[in-house]
Amino acid sequence: MEITEEDFKNAVNSRSKFPIYEKMKNAVIGVAGLGGLGSNIACALARSGAGTIVAVDFDTVELSNINRQMYTIKHLGMKKTQAIKAIISEINPFCNVITYDMFIDEKNCTEIFGGCEIVCEAFDNAKSKAEIVNALLLSSRKVKVISGSGMAGFGRANDITTKTVSERFFICGDMKTDVADGEGLTASRVMICAGHQASKVMEIILKDYDKHKNNDC
Amino acid sequence: MAKINGEEVNANNLLITEFLSENGYSPERVAVMINGEILPKADYAKTRISDNDEIEVVGFVGGG
Repeated sequence: MEITEEDFKNAVNSRSKFPIYEKMKNAVIGVAGLGGLGSNIACALARSGAGTIVAVDFDTVELSNINRQMYTIKHLGMKKTQAIKAIISEINPFCNVITYDMFIDEKNCTEIFGGCEIVCEAFDNAKSKAEIVNALLLSSRKVKVISGSGMAGFGRANDITTKTVSERFFICGDMKTDVADGEGLTASRVMICAGHQASKVMEIILKDYDKHKNNDC
Repeated sequence: MAKINGEEVNANNLLITEFLSENGYSPERVAVMINGEILPKADYAKTRISDNDEIEVVGFVGGG
């Protein structure tokens, strides 16, 4: 079935009084890490019409990822960057997915995400999370950072929240449950955290729209 | 008194490194905001908490 971008736009905007698609189409959003958080964040944003997603990961899809990441059996052995690109092309073929198959750290993150207005930190490792968040917030650009911390284990869904740390820094999670505590990671809690992160992206993008709209009035 | 993570704390003159270690934070796994600005890690050992500072210490845990 042939779907035009106009069809897709109308479907995204259906039942909304705001032109969500048009605003999302102009957004350039970074996703650092394409695991449980990143793969779910990227797909949620693609469904809402994200125009450009800069997706970065060095890893390949393994069987142990399937319990919480967007990948399926057919993606096993593929680079996560290529797999997410393939998945998003089936969700929203009009989303431009720019991929970097590489290890991202505090030294290269500001350059890789240089064109992004918002970056979602979606790493697994606590030290790596802290490094990239610090580096992005220290960069002179006013990039906004939405991080995920504390979504391991099962249950306690309502403990996962979004906290505004500053006007440029938001953190989603329960801030406590560490995968090192041995309860593992489950799709349900990881997707809640990813949902919080993607939701904050949309809130930032559409709040700006609201503001401009009011100014125009 | 400074306000740290939303609570009034008497931590005047304490170095950020001292505050982190006294409260069980690993400097490698935190982001520290002072009065809305991110504090570079290199400054943790030379920044003292002042009266009325508003500080947010975000500790990261693993999983994603």
